[in-house]
Amino acid sequence: MAGIESKCTEPEIDYNVLNSIIVDRYNQNRENLIMMMQAIQKQYRYLPITALRYLSDKVQVPLIKIFEIATFYASFSLKPKGKNIINICTGTACHLKGTGKMVEHITSKVGIKSGETTPDMLLTMDNVNCVGACAVAPVIVFNEKYYPEADLSVINTLLDQAKSE
Amino acid sequence: MQQLKQAAESNVNTPRITSPKALEDYRASLASKYGHDVPTVIICCGTGCRPSNAVEVAELLEKGLAEADFQGKIVPHVKATGCHGFCSRGPIVELEPQGIFYQKVKPKDVPEIIEKTIKGGELIKHLQYKDASKKVFTHTNEIPFYAKQSRLVLKNIGKINPFDIDDAIATGTYGALAKALSSMTPGQIIEEVKTSFIKGRGGAGFPTGIKWESCASQIGNRYIICNADEGDPGAFMDRSLLEGDPHRILEGMAIAAKAIGSNRGYIYVRLEYPLAIQTLTQAIQQAEAMGLLGDNIMGTGFNFKVSLSMGAGAFVCGESSALMSSLEGKVGRPRPKYIRSVEKGFRDSPSNLNNVETYANIPDIILKGGEWYKSIGTKESTGTKVFSLTGNVHNIGLVEVPMGVPLREIIFDIGGGVPKKRAFKAVQTGGPSGGCIPAQHLDIPVSFESLDQVGSIMGSGGMIVMDENICMVEVARYFTHFLVEESCGQCTPCREGLIRMEEILERITHGEGREEDPDTLEEIGKFVTNFSLCGLGTSAANPVLSTIRHFREEYETHIRHKKCPAGVCKPLYSLKIDEEKCVGCGICKKRCPVNAITGDKKKPHVLEIEKCIKCMECHKNCDFAAVIVL
Ligand SMILES: Cc1cc2nc3c(=O)[nH]c(=O)nc-3n(C[C@H](O)[C@H](O)[C@H](O)COP(=O)(O)O)c2cc1C
Ligand code: FES
Ligand code: FES
Repeated sequence: MAGIESKCTEPEIDYNVLNSIIVDRYNQNRENLIMMMQAIQKQYRYLPITALRYLSDKVQVPLIKIFEIATFYASFSLKPKGKNIINICTGTACHLKGTGKMVEHITSKVGIKSGETTPDMLLTMDNVNCVGACAVAPVIVFNEKYYPEADLSVINTLLDQAKSE
Repeated sequence: MQQLKQAAESNVNTPRITSPKALEDYRASLASKYGHDVPTVIICCGTGCRPSNAVEVAELLEKGLAEADFQGKIVPHVKATGCHGFCSRGPIVELEPQGIFYQKVKPKDVPEIIEKTIKGGELIKHLQYKDASKKVFTHTNEIPFYAKQSRLVLKNIGKINPFDIDDAIATGTYGALAKALSSMTPGQIIEEVKTSFIKGRGGAGFPTGIKWESCASQIGNRYIICNADEGDPGAFMDRSLLEGDPHRILEGMAIAAKAIGSNRGYIYVRLEYPLAIQTLTQAIQQAEAMGLLGDNIMGTGFNFKVSLSMGAGAFVCGESSALMSSLEGKVGRPRPKYIRSVEKGFRDSPSNLNNVETYANIPDIILKGGEWYKSIGTKESTGTKVFSLTGNVHNIGLVEVPMGVPLREIIFDIGGGVPKKRAFKAVQTGGPSGGCIPAQHLDIPVSFESLDQVGSIMGSGGMIVMDENICMVEVARYFTHFLVEESCGQCTPCREGLIRMEEILERITHGEGREEDPDTLEEIGKFVTNFSLCGLGTSAANPVLSTIRHFREEYETHIRHKKCPAGVCKPLYSLKIDEEKCVGCGICKKRCPVNAITGDKKKPHVLEIEKCIKCMECHKNCDFAAVIVL
């Protein structure tokens, strides 16, 4: 994990916030570990190592187990995410309507694959398997806003928007 | 978000229900507000309609109606509901009690709806549903998509405000729980469910009554768990139920708890369903506040508390033992099957896990009886099933039909067939572990048994229609890739076998297939099926095996002739514009992201294949089928 630690500039960790998640909301109960990690990720947009160390101590679960969870579940990220996040739905209904080509298009245009972030930290592409809006496939989600029946021109607009911010 | 506030406020005055009789009295008192004849403007605010500004339409309707002058007539109230199951036509607006159906309603249509239809009684043509032959339909129940369905599980969805418990109670929800708590023993409940012969809707199709009975016979703390992980990408039955009628699911779980002898329940919802999480959270709060969940339910001394738990994006966590391990806050790795979770599940205690739709069926079974339920569907597969019909089909949406209805009826009568005059090729059922069924089997009745016979499975109800432009080898590659990513990696057949299969499929789709590949795929596939640890592995080869079984010649065309007839595998086809067919409308030129198409208006266009990236935008959007695959 040394690599991950050294590359990212850790955000300031607010231990009051961590306590409010771990202690107040989830009672330090290790059964709620996954939801605590989701709350931490929501706060920092990824899982900062310092926060995980603190979590490990608070719930008395070895750090390695926490890393196991962080790497097993697709929604967790140990790397900081970009300012904008684009999720292309690669579920079956969307795949058949061409989202695979959209992913390729983004890769060729801005040089990131799924799960990667542009070096300027402006855009992360994180693909998801179905957001439940399959009836309006292909669906893309940009900064939590859904774009139904999307096409390449929608993507181009969103990429421009991400760059300009 | 207006609706959220409303419901929360109205809840302040809702009473605590202290007996089953009090529930009946309370329900009767709600009729004037929620009855069928109360003028209401319904607007769908489900996950499918929200991206197309449904919430804005709802707010504008509310504002517009408040400001309009109705000259003493009753002002209809606005109700935001969950998913009507017809999201491809969303946002959907319905006017009750007339039953008028409007589709694709935009914020700018709102003033016209209020002035013309609500005040003037006049229909607005451009908002009405038209079928493929341009026939116009006025009422919801006449539209073939709805008319041919039997909506039992979905009956409240799109009718009630899911954030308002009173609306659910007015339709009869919690009545079955009242009956179960006041006049049935646990044994009688289980007997009724056994008589109904309902099989689990989550995929494996295990008889629910038998599962309940064996869990009830265990000693110790028992848990009731609802599987709302809906991992099948491309299916949204459970999402729609959770968002549209959460109390029905809670009621089903509470009845299970009474039958099995449990006081603790969990719902495991996938993270990708934020609206479902919101709806459920509020539903649980409201039901507890009214004494319909929690301690001393309806004054009967029965306690049952339900909590929500969120997944974190792992398909395998839909498998029962993996789900329970994830509920405990661990990684979700399945256990070997010989440890049965009804004996030793969550926290090593007896646990009953059912799918969302299974629980949603329970209240009606209790109210109307197992015999009634058994009279619907086929002998071996009773009741109805909700399918999520997507892909290349005219009417995309949720379809509930009795078991035993032929596939053809679902796809062609309800679904309206394949659009753009293209040919039907296959229907994929059962999600990533399912199979592709070709046209010659379209007349088989849908049931657990018959789908199994043609090499597919019922699964949880995903049904994806594929037209002639879908490549079966690529579909097999897609699902195999999905399963490679989602395999938990514990057992070798699944972890390694799937990777090898994906490699071979990759090779074939890149034009490097070898003559022996289909046979090798079958050999590995059978090995993975027979020797994997959990349900993911034992069904993972289905997509490959079923496509080889039904579409072997397509594999052979890829391998021998290095051609992809469907025009999907990029290295294996070329594109051309047919001069005879091209009318020069210019759509393709506009759509092309790399300017590979040139030509003047009204003259045949030309595609420069060197520039072409084969994104297929031109092919997809040509109304004259002038872009051809070579
Ligand atoms: C890999 C895998 C994924 C599964 N995903 C789901 C799912 O998303 N939802 C579900 O209800 N059942 C899923 N199941 C089936 C469950 O293991 C279990 O059989 C079911 O939830 C039991 O409920 P039922 O008897 O009501 O069908 C999955 C099974 C496997 C092997
Ligand atoms: S497959 Fe994309 S939303 Fe379901
Ligand atoms: S979300 Fe509106 S119909 Fe499905």
